[in-house]
Amino acid sequence: MDADLRTDGDDEIELRGSPIIAALKASGIEYVLSVPDIVTSRGLLRPIARDPAFKLIRVCKEDECIGIASGLSYCNKRALTLIQHTGFLDSINAIRGVAVEYAQPICMMIGLLQHDPRTTPRNSPRYGVRIVEPILDAMGIPHHLINEEPDIAKVRPAIDDAYANSHPVAFLVGRRPSMS
Amino acid sequence: MMKRDECFRVLKRHVTDEVVVATYSSAVEWLALGERTLNYFSVGAMGLDSSHALGLALGRPDKRIICLQGDGSLLMNLGCLVTIAAVAPKNLVHLVVQNSTYEANGGHPIPNTKTDFAGMARAAGYAQVHDFSELANFEQQAGHLLKQEGPVFATLHVAPSGPLTYDYPKLYDATRRAAIKAVMSS
Repeated sequence: MDADLRTDGDDEIELRGSPIIAALKASGIEYVLSVPDIVTSRGLLRPIARDPAFKLIRVCKEDECIGIASGLSYCNKRALTLIQHTGFLDSINAIRGVAVEYAQPICMMIGLLQHDPRTTPRNSPRYGVRIVEPILDAMGIPHHLINEEPDIAKVRPAIDDAYANSHPVAFLVGRRPSMS
Repeated sequence: MMKRDECFRVLKRHVTDEVVVATYSSAVEWLALGERTLNYFSVGAMGLDSSHALGLALGRPDKRIICLQGDGSLLMNLGCLVTIAAVAPKNLVHLVVQNSTYEANGGHPIPNTKTDFAGMARAAGYAQVHDFSELANFEQQAGHLLKQEGPVFATLHVAPSGPLTYDYPKLYDATRRAAIKAVMSS
């Protein structure tokens, strides 16, 4: 079955959204910059929108997030860019220039649209998903797959490192986080 | 018609502790008026200067942020008008220099040289919108404009400049970025 046709009931593994959100809070994320992404819509973006601990900035196009996060980082404010992998691909030049060449702590959480979580992104039958990790590797951007609950432990150290050493980082969300 | 450097000289007389965000031709002509720590030359991707400015405005609501953006640059990030108007930072002044050309890329015209950027900003929901074609009018209004509750938008209609020298390594020098970051993060 195509991943985009799977329902939450088809997925035998639950990735809960609340521990991801807790990890973002523990990482000091204050601003969430987002264009909606169907993978993270229900389990992350909706609860974040209701959570007074976050300041949610809804933008029109994903590359705006890169500029806004850069400006915030100059003021010691931590931000998460929450987007779909199609938006990541659309923002490559901004990420290249702002995040990589000028070494800015741009933290991205990227939903892998139409990814089947039973495979790895590199082995996805979906071309758009298959190229994401190789692109991140080519750009020298550290990345972490968030596919199962133990993966969430990667979030805080990776964000802390991005800000401590001023470099971008990407979290690839491989399955739809649940609302619990 | 006004010239960009004339407009910037007027602006310079009113700028004290504001952060000035600029890129490409605007950055070159603003820097020609003097070094200052609070210049933020946005880097890496054309069009994002206004988004960098929004981030700075959110991060430091106690400081005024002035964005000097070219019309070609704004065209590459038109959605920022809607985003900025929705967030509505009171401390952001967004000045768009309309010379109707992609000046840094050979002086070719923008797709529609009659684009009404002020009209777009007004429709997006900016709190204050201005349109300047006469230097005397801009001189009269500049001080007031910089103090208005934002987001403030103004189009400066200018003639294309003569050839500029783009010293990008100097504009985007890492020490310059470190210096403003030290101030903004304190």
